Amino acid sequence: MKLTVTIMLKDGVLDPQGKAIGQALTGLGFAGVGEVRAGKVIELDLAETDPARARAAAEAMARKLLANTVIESFRVDTGGA
Amino acid sequence: MTPGIVLFPGINRERDMAIALTRACGHAPRMIWHTETDLSGIDLIVVPGGFSYGDYLRCGAMAAQSPVMAAVRDHAARGGYVLGVCNGFQILTEAGLLPGALLRNAGLRFISADCHLRVERADTVFAARYQRGQVFRAPMAHGDGNYFADEATLDRLEGEGLVGFRYATPGGEITPEANRNGSARSIAGIYAPNLRVLGLMPHPEDLVDPLMGGEDGKPLFDSLAAA
Repeated sequence: MKLTVTIMLKDGVLDPQGKAIGQALTGLGFAGVGEVRAGKVIELDLAETDPARARAAAEAMARKLLANTVIESFRVDTGGA
Repeated sequence: MTPGIVLFPGINRERDMAIALTRACGHAPRMIWHTETDLSGIDLIVVPGGFSYGDYLRCGAMAAQSPVMAAVRDHAARGGYVLGVCNGFQILTEAGLLPGALLRNAGLRFISADCHLRVERADTVFAARYQRGQVFRAPMAHGDGNYFADEATLDRLEGEGLVGFRYATPGGEITPEANRNGSARSIAGIYAPNLRVLGLMPHPEDLVDPLMGGEDGKPLFDSLAAA
């Protein structure tokens, strides 16, 4: 089944990329742009079909490799399954 | 001192490092491919700079999971010496050998320029040929050198004297302007608690000969060679 892992810098970790994107949006004339945070999305297609087990596997992958939990937090989505 | 240099695909500073080590130690370091796991006979493992695995996912993330890094962890656990420079520092943090992480430079730009480093302690095998408080010049070449750790970790590093080098002015002052990548507390290099593992962002290996423009980095390698 397919899962999505969303990885974001933790609150309190400076995100210069997000800040630059926010400034660029304001510069383009988009009004009212507050804080912008940039992260990454990783799509996984796992052989596992049980949603709970697939989620557990994806979380283990995120902790081991996909995210650096010193600076990043992650969220696993199973697309409603 | 028998050194070895670990090679990953995408590493590009291994030759500079080999020159510096060969001059200091009197013999060439062993070059160790990332699939190797036998590090016997090596006293000092150097993880050089570059862009291992194209910096995919995060700088150093893929290299940290390679077979050789398991052997480097064992080497460190046995009390072996490990030096990680630039991407090597990033790899050591990703591998859990040093705390914290290296984030994107605060100004977002890749920085290719000389900086000045203040020696925070000289009673280590890496810094014995420097004096405490001495300032030396070192080239920096990185996009992700902004050292980050949570406040508790930073306090512990300072409290235990594990900050090895800080970005400083040529006169030795710690200022925001001298800390161009935005590192927490101007940290450029840190030690593991046993003082045998050092991660350092700038490149001392690129100033070891007058032909390179100076010999500011030479004492670091002479210190290691004498250990």
